[in-house]
Amino acid sequence: MANAAIELVGVNKWYGDFHVLKDIDLSVGAGEKVVICGPSGSGKSTVVRCINKLEEHQRGTIHLFGRELTNESRSVASIQGEIGMVFQQFNLFPHLSVLDNLTLGPMKARGLSRADAQERARHYLTRVRIPDQANKMPKQLSGGQQQRVAIARSLCMEPKAMLFDEPTSALDPEMISEVLDVMVELAQEGMTMIVVTHEMGFARKVADQMVFMDEGEIVEHGPPDAFFGNPRTARCQKFLSQILQH
Amino acid sequence: MKKLILPLSLLLLLAGCSSSGNWGWYVIDPRTSGGWTNIKFLISGMGSTILISVIAASISIVLGLIVALPGQSGNRWLRLINRIYVEFIRSIPLLPMLFWVFYGLPIVFKSLGINVPIDPFWGAIITLAISDSAFTAEIYRSGIQSIARGQSEAAQTIGLNYVQTMRYVILPQAIRRILPPLANQFIYIVKMSAFASVIGMQELTRRANELVVTEYRPLEIYTLLIVEYLVLVLIISAGVRWLERRMGADERV
Repeated sequence: MANAAIELVGVNKWYGDFHVLKDIDLSVGAGEKVVICGPSGSGKSTVVRCINKLEEHQRGTIHLFGRELTNESRSVASIQGEIGMVFQQFNLFPHLSVLDNLTLGPMKARGLSRADAQERARHYLTRVRIPDQANKMPKQLSGGQQQRVAIARSLCMEPKAMLFDEPTSALDPEMISEVLDVMVELAQEGMTMIVVTHEMGFARKVADQMVFMDEGEIVEHGPPDAFFGNPRTARCQKFLSQILQH
Repeated sequence: MKKLILPLSLLLLLAGCSSSGNWGWYVIDPRTSGGWTNIKFLISGMGSTILISVIAASISIVLGLIVALPGQSGNRWLRLINRIYVEFIRSIPLLPMLFWVFYGLPIVFKSLGINVPIDPFWGAIITLAISDSAFTAEIYRSGIQSIARGQSEAAQTIGLNYVQTMRYVILPQAIRRILPPLANQFIYIVKMSAFASVIGMQELTRRANELVVTEYRPLEIYTLLIVEYLVLVLIISAGVRWLERRMGADERV
């Protein structure tokens, strides 16, 4: 697919002898949403971390917006900030206020003035529905608020695509929906997204493609209707029945 | 002041023994003009001790960071350079290094055609700073490693390069954890600066040595010398605790 935003072909990765990713093929068109699920240790986080080069892949190719991504530092530097990343543990900078968390990237990596960066930060804080917390420290916010700040921090870089690595797994149950609501909104506005999550309600609502991974392989891959209605493999059926039971 | 009560009362107790004839506090008795002159002579070394220590510690803090950063690199050769520096420098005892710098280094310079004389002042500072930098480098290393990896990953994903990540994200967080052990190192430098006396630097210990030679009263004079270091270190400790409180307050948790 020539016009894919993110394209992985035959990507393999090893940690020493351990084969974490086995021949991963994935093509994400601009504006598409992909949800990756699977048991822990299946390699789904590693896929996402290879796409923004927090991890290196050893074989296969990754193209972002038509440009090949190699493990050389120059190409690594060129993509960081263009692809937003939201972590399970938020990873806000605890020594900086919410506003400073948001302005750091635009000011230092993009060269925006403080005033412009702050204006942009306030815009995105409003979008994630916490416009009045700008001067607080991260620790003063709830988990759900912190994760929304983290989303806003990524959006401040005006990325072309967003990656989410289990964004709600570290949250208390009552805070999950406030984060998912923001993500649904983002999806509806046309952001290209890859989301690693077990929130199947969210997946049904926004996903264009569902990916099920197990033991480093993509086991099942397809549109959500077929994926949920009629999973082909036993592994995927078992997994879905386990997480949909509750 | 409370902290001074113990050493001062100890001094007074020792003073009480003077009737036995073993003690001669008169050499440093501020009530006699001779004693007062001696005290002033001893304390006049304080400025040099402080100056040497502060300059050496400042250099060591910068040098330590420069040494520590390659140790965090993904490049194994840079890590190797860091390991060699740290292991080599911290294995050299201070006194031999001081002799090497003061007596040996000028010869090296001369053979290279560089005419840089090394006086006791800079000889002491260079030695203390280099010797200490291996330890400050290790302090930085543990401080930087104590910051969760997610922090530098998050910094990378918002486009910060290595230097920016260190400067705006990692070091500001690490510094709070680094400060107490760095203060410890500073106290260590203050005490080790006494070695500068052997190359003729006029600091606290040198002054005491010189007075002992003329007065033949080592017990009293070295006792006062120890009290001088004690007071100096207590003042530094109090200052560091003040600084720690201030930085803790800035955390706004």
